[in-house]
Amino acid sequence: MQDFAESFRLAFALVSSGDGNLLEIIALSLRVSFSAMFLSCAIGLALGSLVAVARFPGRTAVIVLFNTMMGLPPVVVGLLVYLVLSRAGPLGIFGLLYTPTAMIIAQTILITPIIAALSRQIIEDLFDEYDEFFRSLAVPVWQAMGAVLWDARYSLITVALAGFGRAIAEVGAVMIVGGNIDHLTRVMTTAIALETSKGDLALALALGIVLLTISMTVNALALTLRSSAAKQAYA
Amino acid sequence: MRKNLMMAAFAVLTAGAVAATPAMADKSIIVQSTTSTANSGLYDYLLPEFKKKSGITVNVVAVGTGQAIKNAKNCDGDVLLVHAKSAEEKFVGEGFGVKRFDLMYNDFVIVGPPSDPAGIAETSDVKAALKAIADKGATFASRGDDSGTHKKEKKLWKAAGVDPSKGSGKWYRETGSGMGATLNAGVGMGAYVMTDRATWIAYKNKGDYKIAVEGDKEMFNQYGVILINKDKCPSVKSDLGQEFVDWLLSAEGQNAIRSYKRDGQQLFFPNAAAADMKKAG
Repeated sequence: MQDFAESFRLAFALVSSGDGNLLEIIALSLRVSFSAMFLSCAIGLALGSLVAVARFPGRTAVIVLFNTMMGLPPVVVGLLVYLVLSRAGPLGIFGLLYTPTAMIIAQTILITPIIAALSRQIIEDLFDEYDEFFRSLAVPVWQAMGAVLWDARYSLITVALAGFGRAIAEVGAVMIVGGNIDHLTRVMTTAIALETSKGDLALALALGIVLLTISMTVNALALTLRSSAAKQAYA
Repeated sequence: MRKNLMMAAFAVLTAGAVAATPAMADKSIIVQSTTSTANSGLYDYLLPEFKKKSGITVNVVAVGTGQAIKNAKNCDGDVLLVHAKSAEEKFVGEGFGVKRFDLMYNDFVIVGPPSDPAGIAETSDVKAALKAIADKGATFASRGDDSGTHKKEKKLWKAAGVDPSKGSGKWYRETGSGMGATLNAGVGMGAYVMTDRATWIAYKNKGDYKIAVEGDKEMFNQYGVILINKDKCPSVKSDLGQEFVDWLLSAEGQNAIRSYKRDGQQLFFPNAAAADMKKAG
């Protein structure tokens, strides 16, 4: 129990001291996970929209595949990306292993299925709801898609946040492809794993508290953005 | 219009986030190494000194010796610094390494709970101690990850004439994790753990654990350093890697290793061969 009190004290001291190392680690965590989130949104929303409106053989199988891949184990994704980016792997010549880029790639693979699967459901439901309206006005499908995406934007932000949450919290993939190198690829989760293995449990827990606080800040900001936008829309 | 703005902002953010990923600093190398050297804080002490002298950034990937060697064989590094002599010699023999140098040593110890269920406290005969642990069925947490420490532990079980795999999942618990994680598990379940002394001294979650077995010459722990061979791995930065190896083997590097202390105790004992030291200047 002593560990908890000590950790909260430490977490507070760490943040208020503005420790350069900690800030560097936090900045990298945010950069990697936000980049992965934006890339995943670009890919995942496109895939999700496509599958939502297109009708083709094997569509159900694709949906099942998306939904299953939401549960991709980070360590497996890390291993696959390692094998591809390793000097001995097919993309080895780019020298991307043990760089933040490798971490972004791994997290993008990890969360794209989440964005695709959830957005597919949201967009398809909304399309069904608007179906008669679109048909009566003979709205072209690309225009209908624009309207649906716009109307679903708040739900889609929540989808993006779900992806971000998964990315910033995972350790298995970034540990393997990033290597947890100090001042280069160390992020919050790998730092927590390292301190745990040094037996410094209080510091590890303190870093955990800091990480949760960051996630909370991101979510609070998104919610604020949403409610102020909503207020504007109905003003 | 607003939609377009959002799309534009989105595109800029995405592009910016990706472009912001810097290429690795020019003068840098990757060292594949063990968890024990990293967890004990040795690199945090050595590398800034080397950087000051050479301007080279050393990026350490700390994994078990087995995985470090595999990563090195995939050419994902420039220098290998591990502690499993026969595996290292095999690595060099297969042409992956240029040459292996003795770098430093310390020793392994077996730590255990104060209740000492196997009655091995303050013995120095590691074979007798392991046999007692097996006979009493006292819990023992093993790395189980093909690391240098794990290889050594398996060798010692064999020397003691015990096959611990028969107790696997019962008294013999293979964690499959790094040294620190295995110590955490061991302390958590009251098990004996074999660890290198450096990790143990630096480790902060000791609880009431103490060293039970130490001082047997069988528990010697030699570290070696190897430059990865450019012939097998064209991506290796031979010049920079060689500079790091040379520095470690030089009088300056060896002194730096000697002067690293935690709680007043020296963690690693440099023992580069005199000839290698001289050549390295």
